[in-house]
Amino acid sequence: MSTLVEGTTAVAVPPLEPAPAKPPRDGEPGWRRALFLVALAVAAVVFTIPFIWLVSASLRPREYVFAPGFLPVPFAPENYNEAWAAVPLVTWLFNSVLVGVAAAVAVTLSSAWVAFGFAYFRFPGRNVLFGLVLATMMLPFAVTMIPTYLIWNEAGLTDTQVPLWAGNLFGSAFYIFLLRQFMLSLPRELFEAARVDGAGYPTLFWRIAFPLIRPALLVVLVFEFKASWTDLIKPLIYLRNEELFTLPRGLKVVLDRFGYGGEQQWEVVLAGSVIATVPMIILFFLAQRHFIEGIATTGRRG
Amino acid sequence: MTAVTPPVRARRPRLSPLARREARWAALFLAPWVIGFLIFYAGPMAASVWLSLTEYDVINAPRWVGLDNYRQLVDDRMVYRSLGNTVYYTALHVPLAMAISLTLALLLKRVGRLQGFFRTVFYLPVMTPAVAVGILFLLLLNAQDGLINRALGLVGVDGPNWTTDPGWVMPGIIVMSLWSLGSTVIIYLAALQNVPREIYEAATVDGASAWQQFRHVTLPMISGALFFTLIVNTIASLQMFTEVYTMYFGNRATQGAFNSEAAAFYVIYLFQQAFQFLHMGYASALAWLLFIVIMIITYIQVKVGNRFVYYEGDR
Repeated sequence: MSTLVEGTTAVAVPPLEPAPAKPPRDGEPGWRRALFLVALAVAAVVFTIPFIWLVSASLRPREYVFAPGFLPVPFAPENYNEAWAAVPLVTWLFNSVLVGVAAAVAVTLSSAWVAFGFAYFRFPGRNVLFGLVLATMMLPFAVTMIPTYLIWNEAGLTDTQVPLWAGNLFGSAFYIFLLRQFMLSLPRELFEAARVDGAGYPTLFWRIAFPLIRPALLVVLVFEFKASWTDLIKPLIYLRNEELFTLPRGLKVVLDRFGYGGEQQWEVVLAGSVIATVPMIILFFLAQRHFIEGIATTGRRG
Repeated sequence: MTAVTPPVRARRPRLSPLARREARWAALFLAPWVIGFLIFYAGPMAASVWLSLTEYDVINAPRWVGLDNYRQLVDDRMVYRSLGNTVYYTALHVPLAMAISLTLALLLKRVGRLQGFFRTVFYLPVMTPAVAVGILFLLLLNAQDGLINRALGLVGVDGPNWTTDPGWVMPGIIVMSLWSLGSTVIIYLAALQNVPREIYEAATVDGASAWQQFRHVTLPMISGALFFTLIVNTIASLQMFTEVYTMYFGNRATQGAFNSEAAAFYVIYLFQQAFQFLHMGYASALAWLLFIVIMIITYIQVKVGNRFVYYEGDR
């Protein structure tokens, strides 16, 4: 709980743009900085090689997938046509976008709404209730997984995409926490002034709090979209019909059908993996600042 | 939503219409979470306790069996195997990931302008869908043609059969897990950048060596971030599922082969019990055991950690 106290005093997270190049510290020779750069470059190569190999191998003919070297020679872009033709990748891509957008928008709106409740109103038992919100973060997914499945099953909604996002309509503990922090950093006079002018509570939320915490909302939006895009376990539990699969679930099918124990058409599996990964890489470059800020904020909880 | 209003009324019996309106709106704002809590947390937790005392296959009505599931769990060899695997993985992954992340963050802190570029490089694996990570490393770890053994071959090491030798499956998974440590790097970097420079300057004036500064300034100042990542990464590791499931499970052709025991993680075993064999009752008991294990480990970490963590200000 001590973390909370610390958090409430924190104002909006400063953007984590790379610090302007500082002059080397007194006594830190240039050669040492060069050494650091070399070490980092080596690490960067190690972290990048898997990507390079993935893309390059996905562009080689089947018998060359494991060939040495990092260049796509012989060049076989038709692997991608083959992958598109072999499995309904377009449908899965579309499903992933649909579910991802629904999940992200739902959790952002509902978490912001609830966060406003915790940030603006003062009522007895508020801290206890907020403690309960945080406590739900500690509960392993495995404990609620089975009864939650039974609920959706009872509702007749298994083998639909609804369970993949509908739970997000009720807010999510970590996001509520994050957004509340940002709302608490807004000057209260802003709201009081609007109240005096006769604004109702929904107006306070929608016209004042919501636009002012936009950066934090974007953090939630991109994080949840990414979480939804990469999730395997929920589609694994809820979906049977291949037409409804999201990309990770579909990719698992591709692996099982074309990988070991399957037809050993690794070029198809690799092309599928690239197709599932590229949108996330693009998302990162579009929303880099929000991802980095989001992660750094997570750490600040500590 | 009524859960919130009664105390308000009870304590302040003569609420003005305005205050009553405010209380109503407060309840309305909190309502989604309260409803969600009841449906997706409180309800399922209670249901899970009850289910763990029954035998239930979804098709037939649950049958009360008392503590049988828990007795079965004590005798289940796979519980020990999968829990052992999971703890082994966690015990290696978490410290390794923390040490490597800290090293990278310390380097990143000092390279100035290029920091943003390297940070992106280390973070991109985190963006890669876990299923794709599993597939990628299944091939990178391939004994004959995989890139990792080829690299080892270059330095004269005969790489092991990472994916087929039961003794090497877990180390292979750990290698894979270390590729995706970008979040931890960013958390450490943010913490390092928050350390006031004056402290280092003062330490330098006092003649502290680089190691002494690291040991007595840097480590205490970022201990909060270290502690946080220790706890969060441990909890996540104990629930490892997707990458390993992708690599070794869920495929009729390879399931039950050589490596499925060596790669069995606890949540994977639980998942199979629940959704493959429809042993919902037994799986619920397994879930509660996991809950207890996580609670105990987290409790110990918090107790020990509080002795070492330096909180800025008055906690």
